[in-house]
Amino acid sequence: MAIASSRRIRHWRAALTYVNLAPFVFFALFPFYFMFVTSFKRNAELYNLKSIPFWIQSGIITDHYAFLFQRTEFLIWMKNSLVISVIAMSVSLVIAVLAGYSLARLRYRGVGSFGTAVFITYLVPPTLLFLPLSQVINWLGLSDSIWALVVTYPTFLVPFSTWLLMGYFRTVPREVEECALVDGASRLQTLTRIVLPMAVPGIVCAALFAFTLCWNEFIYALTFVSQSANKTAVVGVTADLIRGDIYYWGSLMAGAVLASVPIVVIYVWFLDYYVSGLTAGAVKG
Amino acid sequence: MAISQRALEVTRLDPGPSRLERVRQWWEQEHVFGYGLILPALVLLTCLVAYPFAMAIYFSLSDYWVGSPGPFIGLANFREILRNDVFRQTVQNSFVFTGIALTLKTVLGVWLAVLLARDIRFKRLLRGAVLLPWVIPTALSTLGWWWMFDSLYSVVNWTAIRLGIMSAPGPNWLGQSHYAMAAVIVVNIWRGLPFFAITVLAGLMSIPREFYEAAEVDGATSRQRFWHVTLPLLKPVLAVVVLFSTIFTFSDFNIVQVLTRGGPVNTTHLFATLAYQIGLQGGNLGQGAAISLFLFSMLALVVFLQLRYIRKD
Repeated sequence: MAIASSRRIRHWRAALTYVNLAPFVFFALFPFYFMFVTSFKRNAELYNLKSIPFWIQSGIITDHYAFLFQRTEFLIWMKNSLVISVIAMSVSLVIAVLAGYSLARLRYRGVGSFGTAVFITYLVPPTLLFLPLSQVINWLGLSDSIWALVVTYPTFLVPFSTWLLMGYFRTVPREVEECALVDGASRLQTLTRIVLPMAVPGIVCAALFAFTLCWNEFIYALTFVSQSANKTAVVGVTADLIRGDIYYWGSLMAGAVLASVPIVVIYVWFLDYYVSGLTAGAVKG
Repeated sequence: MAISQRALEVTRLDPGPSRLERVRQWWEQEHVFGYGLILPALVLLTCLVAYPFAMAIYFSLSDYWVGSPGPFIGLANFREILRNDVFRQTVQNSFVFTGIALTLKTVLGVWLAVLLARDIRFKRLLRGAVLLPWVIPTALSTLGWWWMFDSLYSVVNWTAIRLGIMSAPGPNWLGQSHYAMAAVIVVNIWRGLPFFAITVLAGLMSIPREFYEAAEVDGATSRQRFWHVTLPLLKPVLAVVVLFSTIFTFSDFNIVQVLTRGGPVNTTHLFATLAYQIGLQGGNLGQGAAISLFLFSMLALVVFLQLRYIRKD
């Protein structure tokens, strides 16, 4: 009898939790659902105040997507985003692995202040530096090319990844390293053969975040590149699909959906890494 | 003679460690290796963060326009923007925006984290769903919000009118100042809430169960347990998240730039969007840099608090 009633209380509590969570989940997901639905609607239905906006009544069409591929440089934008993200991510990761290991594990004068410096640059918002950086890009002769972004993205990727990786390097037991050194391995070998394999989850995590940050970046990509053929997917969709005062909502939503697909795929695949990386980055900081 | 010959032979056979070996030994020293590994990061951050930052200060003190470097003019840029009504409006907007968004993100974030921490089914799925707004490119998801706040076809208004909450045609969200600010804040909360929830959730998970059991034995209600056990133990995590989010809410660009571009009549401009408009679109790099440097004051405050109170613990 007591067991039955306590079970009933548990069920009630669970039900109450779901009821409380429902508005949050709805709030989080509805915009995506609505963008998705909009991208498949006929214009006639889209701009009809009498039709119900939540679903598609007069048939699914793919015209808005076709428009993206036939009339805009969408595929080039996607390719640019991919190239920029992969290069910037790889370069930043190499730099961050070296710096993170140095800061987390080695003892030398100034290591503490270097750590603080990396931490402060980690907090510098890109919106603080975009004006002078646009001039630096100019002087380097990189303005209006995808290389402007490849060069500038590491400025926020390296501090972030270094900070994230430091936490992971600290979890590798010191004794393992010391054994390798005593056995005659060089310091570099100890790093690449002993420490790195043990920090693989951290590196995967840093890579995922670095890629996501690159793909999603907006202000540098908007500022440093003006030619349509050199734009990233995010800027191409937000800036080039809007002409004058006429908004092509269907194709705008189609572009937003399609340009988010790579991130969604990675996210679904590596969800747990995102959750652990997010908490590691902030909590350990 | 014989001895010196022998000595010569020995030196020739064993000329001490070779140059390569000496370099290797030098490199194997802990401090040399340490400096060597951090060097690339330091070079990058010096050239592309510290140097541009110094340039921002230099720009802000000179009459610098895109394509035409100008003379040093002292604090004239700062004087001019402080006299400017648009800038004053921007300062006010920034504090309203950051204050409201941050408060709501904190309260809702803790509440959401408490819900997600409960032992329920589909935990992973729910966390994944809730985190999604934080992962998707903000500029793109803001396009979706833009459409949802459309002046004529807003789905928000459509629903509210059908439910009888609003009278037709409903507010023009992005065209009326208070509504526009509300819209920008809603999108910021929508995007930032997952970050709060997931981080606080990690903080919740690290609270030992025994604390709750002890409180239960003492007869604490679940509300008391929240106020007297959960919240005090959550404080360190919460402090980090709030400070962190202060910087990034204060310096937000994407949402305002896509949704309102600072309008209507500058009532949603933030420092970053105003700096973009004046510095890049208007070409006045000096004033633009001066505006963006106001972000630095907030950054400095947060860094100070972080280093002073949080990292010490």
